[in-house]
Amino acid sequence: MTDFAEIWSYLSEGPLLWLTATVAACSVGDLIFRATGRNPLANPVLIAVCILAVVLKVTGTPYATYFQGAQFVHFLLGPATVALALPLFDNLHHLRRALLPVLAALIVGSVVATGSALLIASWMGVDELLLISLAPKSATAPVAIGISQELGGSPTLTAVLVILTGITGAVVATPLLNLLGLKDWRARGFSVGLASHGIGTARALQVNPTAGAFAGLGMAVNAVATAILGPLILRLFL
Amino acid sequence: MYALLVILIAQILGEFVARAVGLPLPGPVLGMIFVLGLLVAVPQLRETIRAVAQTLLSHLSLLFVPAGAGVVGHLATLGDSTLAILLAIVVSAVLAIAAGALTFAGVARLTGSSDD
Repeated sequence: MTDFAEIWSYLSEGPLLWLTATVAACSVGDLIFRATGRNPLANPVLIAVCILAVVLKVTGTPYATYFQGAQFVHFLLGPATVALALPLFDNLHHLRRALLPVLAALIVGSVVATGSALLIASWMGVDELLLISLAPKSATAPVAIGISQELGGSPTLTAVLVILTGITGAVVATPLLNLLGLKDWRARGFSVGLASHGIGTARALQVNPTAGAFAGLGMAVNAVATAILGPLILRLFL
Repeated sequence: MYALLVILIAQILGEFVARAVGLPLPGPVLGMIFVLGLLVAVPQLRETIRAVAQTLLSHLSLLFVPAGAGVVGHLATLGDSTLAILLAIVVSAVLAIAAGALTFAGVARLTGSSDD
């Protein structure tokens, strides 16, 4: 009989174990989310991330080893983003009549997302490298990382801040928008996608298909807006 | 199978165009715009891609988990600025969602573009 430690070392080096752990952590996240009556504070992404962080820490597994398994899940982000064309197409009749609200909300939302974050961070004495890395945090990860690199920020830090922003938006959106008494699913979805990209869009899709479609739209147009406005706003703080 | 082919080819085209033209958009987002254009041109394709697209989208939140797990290890690099950065991220997310949604709803009301 082979030693348990030997089997563990074989499994923990390969992709199967960490792919399974990722799906298991997501299942637990989803179970807790459902058990709380789909409470937005019990965000399934946040729960799964916390579980995996603890498991990796306890087992002393390097992230690179973990990612060999998790990459199969990570890879599907691209095709899933392309698939957002379907809810957008289903909501095209909404979209045609919402051009002005979309443009206005894009400019206001994008300026507030970048401007308020930089204002708070610079007021609290955050250094220049972090300010640059923070500026594009509301854009979807590949765009944010590109902007950060171009302006002299740290791509790794930006990736971290982008994910934190996404989870924050997904958690606060529903209670915040209910508090504001906003019932327009287009407005709700668009602002969440704009402020918190794909993770916010995933949350909007859980709530309402029209909100999900407008969140996908918000994510796409704010990627462009952040690339143009982000560097201009950042200049005010450096 | 055709659905997956359409989606993957759109993504490849997106990656190609984004790099060739140097657009500030990631390949998958461009791919999304291409598929939207394709659906407008050939509405019958909607039923072809529906099942695969919906399966992918119903799992969208779980697809962020591997990247999220990587974040935790880097939180320490924020050092002394951790509190300031977390405050900036939470407050700016709240303000941006509120400002964006209120602007959208306000302009929609002014221009008579109601939600129905």
